[in-house]
Amino acid sequence: MGAAPAFRPLPMASADLQDPPGPVEITLPGLDQPFVTGSVESTVGKIPPISSSLNFQDHWGTFKTRWGAGRMNYKVEPGLYALGRPDAQSPVLVTANYKLSFDSLRSALPGRDVWILVLDTKGVNVWCAAGKGTFGTAELVRRIESSGLDQVVEHRQLILPQLSAPGIAAHLVKRLAGFEVRYGPIRAKDLPEFLDSKGRASPAMRRKTFTLWERIVLIPVELVDALKTGVFVALALFLLGGLGGPAGFWSNALSYGLFAVIALAAAIFVGAVLTPILLPWLPGRAFSVKGLHPGLVMALVLLLIKGPNLAVWPGRFEFLAWLLLIPAASAYLAMNFTGASTFTSLSGVKKEMRLALPCQIAAGAVGLGLWLWSGFLA
Amino acid sequence: MRYLTGVVTLELDKEKCVGCGMCLTVCPHEVFILSNGRAVIKDRDACMECGACAVNCPVEALKVQAGVGCAAALINTALGRQASACCCSAESRDLSTHGLMVDQTGPAAPKAGCC
Repeated sequence: MGAAPAFRPLPMASADLQDPPGPVEITLPGLDQPFVTGSVESTVGKIPPISSSLNFQDHWGTFKTRWGAGRMNYKVEPGLYALGRPDAQSPVLVTANYKLSFDSLRSALPGRDVWILVLDTKGVNVWCAAGKGTFGTAELVRRIESSGLDQVVEHRQLILPQLSAPGIAAHLVKRLAGFEVRYGPIRAKDLPEFLDSKGRASPAMRRKTFTLWERIVLIPVELVDALKTGVFVALALFLLGGLGGPAGFWSNALSYGLFAVIALAAAIFVGAVLTPILLPWLPGRAFSVKGLHPGLVMALVLLLIKGPNLAVWPGRFEFLAWLLLIPAASAYLAMNFTGASTFTSLSGVKKEMRLALPCQIAAGAVGLGLWLWSGFLA
Repeated sequence: MRYLTGVVTLELDKEKCVGCGMCLTVCPHEVFILSNGRAVIKDRDACMECGACAVNCPVEALKVQAGVGCAAALINTALGRQASACCCSAESRDLSTHGLMVDQTGPAAPKAGCC
């Protein structure tokens, strides 16, 4: 980790970009996309017009994507779109071809006449794509050329979302494509004010928040992801539970195995649902620590209800096992939330994981061992 | 909300800085302020190493080992998985020069997650 940087230098002359020699072929987004409302004739061809109102299909698509369904293919075609009735003086706003980004932008601009230039970010949102370089200087320059933008507008300005900055070198875009990049606000909904004040952004517009709602919308996809593995683990635990214990296989499975499944479900709930919600109020800075505390509480609550017999070894082992397993699982899931958060540094996550991951693995292994042993002793 | 302290790799070369203010514009966590016509790191521990400042500094005054603060990405890297259009892997980009990532052209692995 942190080895040789994985980047290649950007060629300094546009001729070096892999374009065919001679005039660049103009490619326009398809007019047959469901949200396109007709066609607009221009010097570069038929530009698809779009509306700022989202219909049921758009909202349903947003809902499905937030739950992870078809998320990797929720795209619009890259290229130039017309919102309202833009002309040669209208602003040009740039976004990613993740449909959620696209919808978020256009729905923030009712009654406005602007051009929207969509980059091919492989269906990934602005901030993630910028971090990977797909919402990058090279793609922006390519898309400016292939959309014929310099023939459509007379000015030479682009408004980019602030969170695209990790992938865009504004000064290089100027040099390579002749367009000046201005960074707009972080949130699309601040754009009307930004546009009306001729491009002035308040500090609040430039500050990335992580509000309760912003955390909540991330939960469904984290939960679905955890459950995809969780279902298999639950099945395994249920069957393993049948092996130990005093009675027959199915009777044991129901008493030991079922509790294991409940414990797993509870750990997933704590790590993937509760921790994101309670994030700012949970103790500790490291996410794994934040997930550990409610995990411990949940473990104690469940054990109180199950009430293993602490006077004998099988009961003691069972108690210790879940006291280790549930917090380990919730800490692990909480730690995984770092990737969805808006303020964790790579260096910080590395530092956190160096201690947290071995502890989670150790606690998981010891806990599993104690659980199986307690079953065989009973 | 604050994360771990004293860990970030952000470096600012005061001599090179020309006070253009781009780092202030692009930073999502108000790490910088302008003081006496030059940029100053005001809140180092708020930095999330996104790299926006280093990429947009026209005089290469800023350096940072940029990357995604994502535990899953680090695990992927440790397991030897490659980065794809959405699955993060944790190679850090050393943003001290005008080296910029060209597009990733790997297959998009159909996996939900941090993105």
